[in-house]
Amino acid sequence: MSHFERRCNKEEDLPVYLARPGSASQSASQSPRQKSYGMFSSVEGAFENKSIALESYCAQRKRSRSRENLADGDSGGPPNVGNVFETCASLRPRLVVENATAARLRCTAVQDRRRRTLNSDRLLIKGGRVVNDDLSFFADIYLEDGVIKQLGENLIVPGGVKIIEANGRMVIPGGIDVNTCLQKPYLGTQTVDDFFQGTKAALAGGTTMIVDHVTPQPGASLLQAFEKWQEAADKKSCCDYSLHVDIPHWHEGVKEELEVLVQEKGINSFQVYMAYKDLYQMTDTQLYEAFSFLKELGAVVLVHAENGDLIAQEQSKILGMGITGPEGHALSRPEELEAEAVFRAITLGNRVNCPVYITKVMSKSAADIVALSRKKGSVVFGEPITASLATDGTHYWSKNWAKAAAFVMSPPLSPDPTTPDHLNSLLACGDLQVVGSAHCAYSTSQKAIGKDNFTLIPEGTNGVEERMSFVWDKAVAVGKMDENQFVAVSSTNAAKIFNLYPRKGRIAVGSDGDIVIWDPDKMKTITAKTQQSAVEYNIFEGMECRGGPLVVISQGKIVYEDGKLHVQQGVGRFIPRKPFADYIYQRITMRSKTMAARGVSRGMYDGPVYDIPATPKYVTPAPSTKTSPAKNQPPPIRNLHQSNFSLSGAQVDDNVPRRSGHRIVAPPGGRSNITSLG
Amino acid sequence: MADRRRDWWDKEDDLPVYLARPGTTDQVPRQKFGGMFCSVEGAYESKTIDFDALSVGQRSSRGAGQRAAARGSASPEGGEREREPEREPEREPPREAAGQPGDRGVGIISSTGGAGGKELLQNLDDLGSDRLLIKGGRIVNDDQSFYADIYMEDGLIKQIGDNLIVPGGVKIIEANGKMVIPGGIDIHTHFQMPYRGTTTVDDFSQGTKAALAGGTTMIVDHVIPDPGSSLIEAFDRWREWADEKACCDYSLHVDITHWNDSVKQEVESLLKEKGVNSFQVYMAYKDLYQMSNSELYEIFTFLGEMGGIVQVHAENGEIIAEEQARMLQMGITGPEGHVLSRPEELEAEAVFRAITIASQTNCPLYVTKVMSKSAADIISQARKKGNVVFGEPITASLGTDGTHYWSKNWAKAASFVTSPPLSPDPTTPDYLNTLLASGDLTLTGSAHCAFSVAQKAIGKDDFTQIPEGVNGVEERMSLIWDKAVVTGKMDENTFVAVTSTNAAKLLNLYPRKGRIAVGSDSDLVIWDSDAIRTVTAKTHHSAAEYNVFEGMELRGAPLVVICQGKIVLEDGKLQATAGSGRFIPCSPFPDFAYKRIKARKQLAVLRAVPRGMYDGPVSDFSPMSRGGTPSASARTSPTKQTPPVRNLHQSGFSLAGNPAQRGAPSTEETPIRPAGRRIVVPPGGRSNITSLS
Repeated sequence: MSHFERRCNKEEDLPVYLARPGSASQSASQSPRQKSYGMFSSVEGAFENKSIALESYCAQRKRSRSRENLADGDSGGPPNVGNVFETCASLRPRLVVENATAARLRCTAVQDRRRRTLNSDRLLIKGGRVVNDDLSFFADIYLEDGVIKQLGENLIVPGGVKIIEANGRMVIPGGIDVNTCLQKPYLGTQTVDDFFQGTKAALAGGTTMIVDHVTPQPGASLLQAFEKWQEAADKKSCCDYSLHVDIPHWHEGVKEELEVLVQEKGINSFQVYMAYKDLYQMTDTQLYEAFSFLKELGAVVLVHAENGDLIAQEQSKILGMGITGPEGHALSRPEELEAEAVFRAITLGNRVNCPVYITKVMSKSAADIVALSRKKGSVVFGEPITASLATDGTHYWSKNWAKAAAFVMSPPLSPDPTTPDHLNSLLACGDLQVVGSAHCAYSTSQKAIGKDNFTLIPEGTNGVEERMSFVWDKAVAVGKMDENQFVAVSSTNAAKIFNLYPRKGRIAVGSDGDIVIWDPDKMKTITAKTQQSAVEYNIFEGMECRGGPLVVISQGKIVYEDGKLHVQQGVGRFIPRKPFADYIYQRITMRSKTMAARGVSRGMYDGPVYDIPATPKYVTPAPSTKTSPAKNQPPPIRNLHQSNFSLSGAQVDDNVPRRSGHRIVAPPGGRSNITSLG
Repeated sequence: MADRRRDWWDKEDDLPVYLARPGTTDQVPRQKFGGMFCSVEGAYESKTIDFDALSVGQRSSRGAGQRAAARGSASPEGGEREREPEREPEREPPREAAGQPGDRGVGIISSTGGAGGKELLQNLDDLGSDRLLIKGGRIVNDDQSFYADIYMEDGLIKQIGDNLIVPGGVKIIEANGKMVIPGGIDIHTHFQMPYRGTTTVDDFSQGTKAALAGGTTMIVDHVIPDPGSSLIEAFDRWREWADEKACCDYSLHVDITHWNDSVKQEVESLLKEKGVNSFQVYMAYKDLYQMSNSELYEIFTFLGEMGGIVQVHAENGEIIAEEQARMLQMGITGPEGHVLSRPEELEAEAVFRAITIASQTNCPLYVTKVMSKSAADIISQARKKGNVVFGEPITASLGTDGTHYWSKNWAKAASFVTSPPLSPDPTTPDYLNTLLASGDLTLTGSAHCAFSVAQKAIGKDDFTQIPEGVNGVEERMSLIWDKAVVTGKMDENTFVAVTSTNAAKLLNLYPRKGRIAVGSDSDLVIWDSDAIRTVTAKTHHSAAEYNVFEGMELRGAPLVVICQGKIVLEDGKLQATAGSGRFIPCSPFPDFAYKRIKARKQLAVLRAVPRGMYDGPVSDFSPMSRGGTPSASARTSPTKQTPPVRNLHQSGFSLAGNPAQRGAPSTEETPIRPAGRRIVVPPGGRSNITSLS
């Protein structure tokens, strides 16, 4: 902050045409009123404009400022009130690249025109309402080198910047889609959307960062798989990306790889599976170990929560009944199994004291479990996806096989049509935190691999492009959610959980220049014809959706405007993530400190001990024979027949007739004392 | 009715008093049969005012009864006790049952002084020892309470009603308005359970004696076969032990400790031929009894079809094993490690999982030993969602809590060791009692499994070796009375339901057991709701040296216990005969659980969607090889995949909506596809999905 001021002070010496709007007569003591990021930046601005310094401003600027303040004051109202003076009141904010007609740009227009081609990475977004997850305020944003350099009103920017007139529209941090599968192999084929196609779709929907799943094959090296994914993404991705690594199986060797991935490769999230029996599924014991280990590394555990054992049973039952179509998919994976696994995962997380992140919350009951355990204090996060927020599982019963198959994914969409509404409500109130898309697009011909057996249908739906719009449409436009929460669930929370904050997920000085100008009123009909994804069938086909991006800026460049994408393959950078994200691990760390269990200090028990014959296991086991890993069952050493023992409340249990024949080693009439420390 | 009654009375007046056999041949006896409405019938009677027809004594007797009832409910402690004055002469010869009680009732009331309360009498007659008449008691069933006399013969209840006509030579017990309840059924015991070469200190004789002393007249014990051994052999062994020693009727659950086809057959024959209808499976005890989810699914499916009840020991054994290792590693070896390694969450988790599996397989579920609030909550939520699930809290979880695991006295701490452990949350018992009263938990057991301190000491250096089990069979009924009824949570009818009736229903023994009705077994308890006793190992009937309820004062106790028509407890003296207990076979498909299940079975038929064959393009794929190039979507289903047969490149395909019209544009206009993906869509081709409708 302070160095910024300093720099700005220097700027005063710059030639006028450099778009520093104050006159030279301004005293040096006057600090530029740009706002840096921070909780109170807008408040700072509010104070400023209470100090009346008429002489130092030209009339034009003053008016412009007061207009903004006005709008800021009643942010609910139409932001364009009083805008008459400036840019024409076009309904849609125009992108004004230097040939703008705005009066106040006149002085720099010439320069800008010349520098246009040179300085394409300098961008100024003017007159937008910056919406972060905590507050909204009016400010201009200046981006350079892909980073937000200045934030505030009346910024002092160099010449030759592109200027985007936001006209009071919402300017939000670019979306982060934390769940995509853009290169998921299936039986030798791959998803039709690769990193290029997929990130293009993401950008078109206002998402400027994706986190993809690396899915190594069981038995393969995680590191190699990671490198393969990274290579593919580096080559093709159009936006920044990061990677989750799925752990397909658990063994000692994996631990080393995980350590390397966390400490050297910048991965802090790993997915484990409770489903896919005999393939990816882990037993509870393995999960316990994985959770414990990942917690030590400070990573986030993503859980695919479904009870794989039961699914396998149900699948065989349903195939046995002759049901082979996509409806069998939903029938064999009822939402109870999802809820059960979520509950188990959370229980494990609580025991291990490890944060748990439930990917793909698809049903009401699963979401309720997440919400409930959060109320009980569990560190758990739930991620509904585009599909579960916008559509339901009734389509599995469609007569059109291709359509029904297009919805196949796991956990399946719930056939309960009230599910999307419920999930949106939970999302709005914070019980669910993050929206992903689980975008994993297979063509119809690929889906048709399972045309005679639903268990072979490759699983995955689209949604990366529609994600933000649907959250807006289903939650904000209906009044469940405010715009700040919208930013939180579509971007900020993800950045916090995966330790990208505040680089991503916030509009603040120093953050990446991933910004979206959002049009809350844009109406769009979703159809496979106009989408960016390569998939032939869009599961949201025909749905009308309110809200969409007008301009998308990724890495400080405009990649989407006027409905057109200008993307470049391979510009996406891998964003490494550090472990121990504060957002989740602060609580975990504190709990680790306080949760230590302590034993009771007691004297040695020196009473009689029953002799156990050394029986091999399974000969006379009893329900009480617990097998603990530490099976060093110490043979009874002391068998002090001479000692006496007394039990609690001083009973001398002599009156009660003891039945003969039970083998007790208590000495007849003897009594032993249990030495007690306390 | 009124007419009948009038006649009867009139006639009776003519008979000599000593005949005591009221009624002449033409007279219709007014005994009541054990139907729903018998007391209502009685109620009408007493409302019919026919002064002339009734003798004064008679009427006042009835009035007294009612008065007592009113009083009893208003101030349980005071009124009734006074009223049971000394017992009356019992061995009176056949006397006229009808007229006399009236006088006597009056008499008693007037002679309130007698503090004794004990009555009964009958030790003498050896002749009529199986004929018993309980007079003047308030019969409390799970649905209603009413005043009536009970006449029993040959171990069965023969008549219920006022003014019964009974043969001579009966013993008469004057209940004086006290509650007469069906004998308790303890649905969960482990008597004489073998454990690593030893057995629990309470064998069937000791254990059933304790049960009888507490008002429980039937127990259901668990047969625990060794993993790998025959269920039927184990069952026979247990039968042998129990037949030899049991003092009360018993039945058996069989635990399924391993699962395969031969076990399946054994289970079937146990169900169909041996009279076992409930089987326990374990979700805990890893590597020993624990069942995997798949096995659970199979067992549940099987038992659901055969009409059995699945009982689960619900704890997540895998996590427990991990936690135990962790505790031991941290150096915690005492009994507190037991509860630390088995937190209640793991119980709740397993309960949740069991309910999920049961609901998937449409099988009724019985959760044994509900020990924690969270597990109980899961059950009550599931019941609200319509699952057929029954929860069984046990004496220990209703009466005490897990704070004792931290006792400095090792022997005391160890004696509380049971699984799932008692919850360290001291509010648990209260909570469980509330759920029991509200019906969310259905019945109660004791999980009585008593080990001596020396046996517990097997685990003195390692809590995982401590044999698990607490006492509770004797205290069960008193404790529930004290914790739930006395505190006003539960009424007496619910008390009967949770201690006896519901268990009988679940075992399919109702109404033979669990109800006082004509034709039911004469297992009865005269309950003294005001007796106060202090639980202590000194006076309890179990052989265990330590009682987990040591020192608790409990209000409510059995005054007289009648088992198989014989008085086994009176005046605090127990007279039980080992070996008199019979095995009571239970039949499958108890209505209590299966009515709903059957109805759902008919509804829950899954149907496939009739569709045309998909005849569009199918992309090439490499057959699935486990571990080779699998993907997340490669699910392993028992029925393996069929290779794609048809790959009609020439056909087009249409998506969404109406396949007929809108097919055309979709393929043509799809945006650029990334190069390199292997798709078999023909360029420009189109396929139609034939549709049946």
